[in-house]
Amino acid sequence: MSKLKILSKGFIKENPVFVMLLGMCPALGTTTSAENGIGMGLATLFVLVMSNIVVSLVKNFIPDKVRIPSYIVIIATFVTIVDLVLHAYVPDLYKALGLFIPLIVVNCVVLGRAEAFASKNNVLDSAIDGLGMGIGFTFALTLLGAVREIIGSGRVFGVNLHLYQSDGMLVFILAPGAFIALGFIIAIVNKLSKKPAQ
Amino acid sequence: MASKMKSTLLTMSLTLLLITGIASALLAYVYTLTKDPITQAENQKKEQALSLVLPKFDNSPLEDTVKIASGVDTLICYIGKNNNEIVGIAVESFTDEGFSGRFSVMVGFLPDGTIYNTMILEHKETPGLGDKMENEKSMSISGSDTTWWSKQFIGKKPEFNTSESDGKKYAEPINIKVSKDGGEIDAITAATISSRAYCNAVNRACATYFKIGELKGKSGGKAHYVLILFLALGLFIFIFKKLNK
Repeated sequence: MSKLKILSKGFIKENPVFVMLLGMCPALGTTTSAENGIGMGLATLFVLVMSNIVVSLVKNFIPDKVRIPSYIVIIATFVTIVDLVLHAYVPDLYKALGLFIPLIVVNCVVLGRAEAFASKNNVLDSAIDGLGMGIGFTFALTLLGAVREIIGSGRVFGVNLHLYQSDGMLVFILAPGAFIALGFIIAIVNKLSKKPAQ
Repeated sequence: MASKMKSTLLTMSLTLLLITGIASALLAYVYTLTKDPITQAENQKKEQALSLVLPKFDNSPLEDTVKIASGVDTLICYIGKNNNEIVGIAVESFTDEGFSGRFSVMVGFLPDGTIYNTMILEHKETPGLGDKMENEKSMSISGSDTTWWSKQFIGKKPEFNTSESDGKKYAEPINIKVSKDGGEIDAITAATISSRAYCNAVNRACATYFKIGELKGKSGGKAHYVLILFLALGLFIFIFKKLNK
């Protein structure tokens, strides 16, 4: 598989959120605004790339039976680093993402890539795979966040679009709106990417 | 791939030990790196809130604090001084009656007990409804004043029901309530629970503030009694031992 293909498959063909439907918890929970979506996506991207690199580096030293606990320790380490760094340098974003940063540990995308890709491929390919998946995840979360923010409050990235006179459709900022928006986006993605059934 | 290690008890425990060891060392290092920036970031936020809810001060209230018990919790009171004279006291209060859990409010008092200003510190209230308690997000009917909500508390002097007994006296000021409950505060549209909770946090701050005043009056007398009691006890033990010999 060419490097470019590895990179691009996470973005379109195997997009973790829209196609594989992995990592739904942060995708639904944190995307109240485009900014939060991008923040959560980038945090996950960092964890994905780093854990993929380390897992593929140590894959030959880890006995098969303890590989999952080992992967989880590696992932948890990077998640804690992200948690501390965000808390120290971007406290506002940290406040908004809150509980969801530690939960990256149990994000299926991260463990899924470690188990399905990094433990079978070399370091460079694993890093590229992590990067591709991470970008796909970030893109998905930003898109979902932007849609919810625009419909829900008439803003995007904090810029007021003056769509509404006072409040927007609040339901899109709340939890049900996440499901509604995600459902419609997945439907559109399916329509665009899949050939009609013969 | 062929050189993959076999899963025996020894290799498995050694691998896990090694991985967790390296992980903890790395985390310890990052922790020491980020420890100071984290406290700095938290203090900065509090300083911002303090400069809003207190009149102009020239000391650092973050280091000049008093801790007051309120129920099962302790509230921190920050004392603002200008030229060594107390210009106001800010109480970091909280409420558990919010729509989604606890949130904290900073309430500043002038020395005479009137509220100087209030500000929400952190909350998890519903975006678009309850979060209008935040200064940038609250909006008056005319749409121009974005500090409408927290401003309502400015200049309010808590009035207590003096007929209540001592313990209950400061439980609830009668005027700081949403208008639905007979108070003087207009609730945020569609966010009555959050508005009530905010008032609850302010009330807690009021009660705590007036407790400080009471403590100042009483503490001297109490300390004397304790001292005398200890001396008497010491004397008693001394005599008791002498007699036993």
